[in-house]
Amino acid sequence: MTQTNRLNKGGRIDRQRILNFTFNGQRYEGHAGDTLASALLANGVNVVNRSFKYSRPRGIVAAGAEEPNAVMQMGATEATQIPNVRATQQALFEGLCARSTNPHSELLSTLGNLFAPLIPPGFYYKTFMQPASMWMTYEKVIRKAAGLGRSPRESDPDHYEHIKRHCDVLVIGAGAAGLAAALAAGRSGARVILCDEQEEPGGSLLDSRELLDGRPASAWVESVMAELANMEEVLLLPRTTANGLHDHNFITLYERRAEHLGDLVPEIDGRKPARACLHHVRAGQIVLATGAHERPLVYASNDLPGNMLAGAVSTYIRRYGVVPGKRLVVSTCHDDGYRAALDWAEAGHQVVAIVDARKHNDAATGHWVRLAAKQGLQIIYGSAVIEAKGKNRVTGARVAEIDIPEFQTRGSVTDLACDTIASSGGYNPVVHLASHTGARPVWRDDIMGFVPTKMTGLIPTGGATGIYALADVLKSGIEAGSEAALACGRQSPEIDLPEVDRIEIAQAAPLFQVPHPKTTLRAPKQFVDLQNDVTAAAIELATREGFESIEHVKRYTAMGFGTDQGKLGNINGMAVVARCLKKSIAETGTTVFRPNYTPVAFGAIAGPHRRELFDPERYTALHAWHVDRGAAFEDVGQWKRPWYYPQSTGESMHDAVARECRAVREKVGVLDASTLGKIDIQGKDVREFLGRIYTNKWEKLPVGKARYGLMCKDDGMVMDDGVTTCLGDNHFLMTTTTGGAAGVLEWLELWHQTEWPELDVSFTSVTDHWATLMVTGPEARHLLAEMTDIDLDRDTFKFMEWREGDVAGVPARVYRISFTGELSYEINVQAHYAMHVWKKLFEHGDKYGLTPYGTETMHVLRAEKGFIIVGQETDGSVTPEDLGMQWCVGYDKPFSWIGKRALTRPDTRREDRKQMVGLKPVDQTVVLQEGAQIVFEPKASPIAMVGHVTSSYYSPTLGHGFALAVVKGGQKRMGERVYLPMADGVTQVAEIVSPIFYDPKGERQNV
Amino acid sequence: MSKVEVFQQQPSGAVAAESPFHFSRQRNPLAPAKGEAGVIMAERPFLTHLILRGTPEVLLGGVRNVTGLTLPQTPCSMNSKEDKSLQWLAPDEWLLILPPGSEFSTEKALRGELGDGSYAIVNVSGGQTVLELSGPNAREVLMKSTSCDLHPRTFPEGRGVSTVFAKTGAIIRRPDAQRWELVIRRSFADYLYRWLLSAGAEYGITTQER
Amino acid sequence: MFYIHCPYCNERRSEEEFHAKGQAHLMRPANPEEASDREWGDYLFFRDNPRGLHQEMWVHAAGCRKFFNILRNTVSYEILETYPMGEQSSVLAEMTAGRERGEPRRAAGAVA
Ligand SMILES: [Zn+2]
Repeated sequence: MTQTNRLNKGGRIDRQRILNFTFNGQRYEGHAGDTLASALLANGVNVVNRSFKYSRPRGIVAAGAEEPNAVMQMGATEATQIPNVRATQQALFEGLCARSTNPHSELLSTLGNLFAPLIPPGFYYKTFMQPASMWMTYEKVIRKAAGLGRSPRESDPDHYEHIKRHCDVLVIGAGAAGLAAALAAGRSGARVILCDEQEEPGGSLLDSRELLDGRPASAWVESVMAELANMEEVLLLPRTTANGLHDHNFITLYERRAEHLGDLVPEIDGRKPARACLHHVRAGQIVLATGAHERPLVYASNDLPGNMLAGAVSTYIRRYGVVPGKRLVVSTCHDDGYRAALDWAEAGHQVVAIVDARKHNDAATGHWVRLAAKQGLQIIYGSAVIEAKGKNRVTGARVAEIDIPEFQTRGSVTDLACDTIASSGGYNPVVHLASHTGARPVWRDDIMGFVPTKMTGLIPTGGATGIYALADVLKSGIEAGSEAALACGRQSPEIDLPEVDRIEIAQAAPLFQVPHPKTTLRAPKQFVDLQNDVTAAAIELATREGFESIEHVKRYTAMGFGTDQGKLGNINGMAVVARCLKKSIAETGTTVFRPNYTPVAFGAIAGPHRRELFDPERYTALHAWHVDRGAAFEDVGQWKRPWYYPQSTGESMHDAVARECRAVREKVGVLDASTLGKIDIQGKDVREFLGRIYTNKWEKLPVGKARYGLMCKDDGMVMDDGVTTCLGDNHFLMTTTTGGAAGVLEWLELWHQTEWPELDVSFTSVTDHWATLMVTGPEARHLLAEMTDIDLDRDTFKFMEWREGDVAGVPARVYRISFTGELSYEINVQAHYAMHVWKKLFEHGDKYGLTPYGTETMHVLRAEKGFIIVGQETDGSVTPEDLGMQWCVGYDKPFSWIGKRALTRPDTRREDRKQMVGLKPVDQTVVLQEGAQIVFEPKASPIAMVGHVTSSYYSPTLGHGFALAVVKGGQKRMGERVYLPMADGVTQVAEIVSPIFYDPKGERQNV
Repeated sequence: MSKVEVFQQQPSGAVAAESPFHFSRQRNPLAPAKGEAGVIMAERPFLTHLILRGTPEVLLGGVRNVTGLTLPQTPCSMNSKEDKSLQWLAPDEWLLILPPGSEFSTEKALRGELGDGSYAIVNVSGGQTVLELSGPNAREVLMKSTSCDLHPRTFPEGRGVSTVFAKTGAIIRRPDAQRWELVIRRSFADYLYRWLLSAGAEYGITTQER
Repeated sequence: MFYIHCPYCNERRSEEEFHAKGQAHLMRPANPEEASDREWGDYLFFRDNPRGLHQEMWVHAAGCRKFFNILRNTVSYEILETYPMGEQSSVLAEMTAGRERGEPRRAAGAVA
């Protein structure tokens, strides 16, 4: 069977180019210029999917984005799988491989067939939510069955791009209105982007019966596109969907660059283009020229393959040269429905009848009506197709006279034999984008549709505003384009409209759901939302169960929740609700559409932000050395810090850390501490400022000395800490935690700019400027002495002082500060020279046993000394006093520094606040788990949790595990036992001790 | 000691210096682009970068006397002369970029001119570097990376902005019609190097050492 | 994604360059020690959450690093005004003056 439905001539396809493709494993042929849908129809494929709830056969209904049924799983290989591709929007290419998303759903084909009549609305909520624990299981089955497709299990071999754009005018849609708008805006000299989601620009002009300037409409499209392409400031984006409209005219455009080229993106000139690109556009003005979707009529068994939109029938005939059947019945309530019949007849196929809901007198003035009558097509007035007959394909249409206001049929039912029913109930302006930021569209009775509400910077035009006559559409487009340009300060020249014959249009009738001789509940299913299997009866039931708000009905019935977002069904659904509640559609209201307009590939959303570019990695100037040395890295913020340096013999982390700890305690180690935040502070009021920001005193710190400082928020909770050095009377260097650097800088600016602008002080980050090499251990002085001209004598260069001098030929600032409790020198050099100094350290350090150590060893050593890490011992609920750091609080400073007042609030004075203590496991081999909950009474019920372990390590120096913890009232519980019930049932026991486990007098760092 | 500590941070002898892109160039040696390169990247390493803080009234005269550059007071603009540039970063903050080796002498000279006023000068030469982008697709590569509008109508020559770049920050400058400059923090250099290689791949991207 | 006019850079930039810092025009009590626990608690923890116009403080974090104020409608998300630190909203002042003159409220939204 090859292309039985293909006409011998006509259409915009390339008949010379034959393309092979497979659908559900079966091979077919189509032509270049086909969509997957047109090629399937050309081959007479009736059933393209099964419905997800009732497993009913479904065929192609539409020719564009609104298609609810022909939703495909694409991909020839596992890695190139793409779910939720609408066959109507997928260009055919050689080797295309598609499958039905729901070939025959496993759970629901059985369930659906057996119980279909029993599945009421709300079925999923009622059935699958109980028991709650089973939801995960149900969900998997339902997702699979629900037509949601599946993502590939292998990595996508293609790549995706992001680009950010700005323009004066973004025109969305390149149909008649959009082209006219782009022309007007483009000729003004404005920066214009014109995007269109289809394979070719032109929209409905591509299959229009009307002539522009006496030529086919497509010729006008070509001339306009040619002019636009030559404009320097106009960017044309074909195959590009405007998927989301966000605040302040920020729009995402999804450009499918290569999805029409092949299963895998082919190489072009040795480079592989991106499969798709997401454009983030900031537009001055948006011209919404999205047109309108045709609205189907709702009648019994309207889901059988062979039921199509009238406009889609025309599109397939005129654009693709495909007649999707032999014998046609049209059911319509307005003139445009007739066009499908005219096209069908011109293609040489039989038009059985046009069934028009309007009376003869109301319809006969219409241009297309008269033309159809003149051609001798049978027209049945005052009637509608009330039911489709057939099993896997339409075999007949049941027609009856209808009374729209009374919602009933009259007289007898006539059966017409046919294989295709084309229905049209009018148009729904495509208002989706205009409601993405929360605005509700407005119902207009005169056009029987919702139009966009007025929004700043958004100019709807043409079909999107309910203007459908071509001459009016063009005029509206030019006005919109000129208005948009003008809003951006550009004047459009006069533009001559192409000449279009003005055709007579008779008033349409308001028909949504077609009455049936049986009641809605008893009639065969009348589908409103084809993708989610929502029927008119289900909506009627929902209203009977008391759901009156359209948002509730939507959620109860799942109407509009499919991947098509109810583009076809929503308005009909609202009409059903309105009918049931005896309200108008305007009173019923619409739901809000949300981004994205059509599904977007995850790859495009991620763009280049994936793998090693997913998150920035920050490196120190010594990174290459760490890598060469085989360091294991730890993420600290965005920094990659050496965690430990395992020896190449396959040393374990535990052994490496123990070795590094011993080296520091017994000989000398070196840490790359460059990641510490460093802020240069200058000004006459630095001391005053520091005194307000830090908890402790700064007014007397002399030049040449450094001091540890604690920083609180105004709620009294510790937010950061670090050593700050007095470089000059008006010059200090503040260090912050690695992760807190940016936040602290902003914090300082906040207070300076908003509360104390009168203070002469300014802050500049120098984190990246200085590399920081921390040399620590008993041999530190001997090692450094070999490399520097600085006098390292213990009495001239004391603990908590700094000196400048030459280290390994590089000018350096050396600080005697310690985070290990050992004799330490922190060497700071400009980062360009850090590698030189670091390598020299190892040249000299070998004989002293110099060992590089990482953050894990740093943590063990500092914890042995009871030094806190902000963010580990603290969590935003810990005061300096909770940490036992009253020594670092200047209670009598004249200015009420940040955090001070809060320390006298009743809550911060509670005796049972969680306070930092040391924990010594009773079993010395145990290393407690960080985060483990602490209790006083392990047998109590309910068990009261009184704290948790904040840091816990094995200490090679002490020979046992030890921990820091916060415990309620812990500082007064020294020597008491606490219990830590673990997940495995074991309860650990530990003794509360001082948090300083090693060298409590601090003698080792002060030698 | 003086009220603000200024010292010569550059070695006088021969010491191997490594610019922020040193590691990246070693790890990702770039094959020449196939065909014509759309984007050419070149680091301008080891330049002098000084941050100036203060009011224009305090800074203007002294800065002009020492550098020959006028302090730009229009937001997001810069004044350049030969290999010197002075860029507005904030109403009280400027970035002065000068040839390598002049950081100490310039800061001393500026402080000498400006005396005891309320201002700050911070040497940040070790913490950032300049990366120059040129070629027919340089602007597209930047458009992939920043939400700033880079169109010549809104980003004329002589403009410079501090902004978000990829997932970090950078300063984007347009010294002339042919070139773009990025001022990049040292620790993010490798991430941005890899980012730019990825963004430039579709146009062909190559590096140029000077 | 907001498009925010920075009053210092004097141009609009994308929201990603900014950090929102909460309600604007909060004053730290001049003499914290004299504030009662309740007053101090109000200053620390209580914030307005209006439906309609809201004055917010933002910082141009990736740009000039300056803090400034925004007058924003929390329903439409329209930004009516941005103005430097230390200044007051001229739009609000004009609305207040208009109300005192007996003029109807502007359509921009209710003043909370
Ligand atoms: Zn700014």
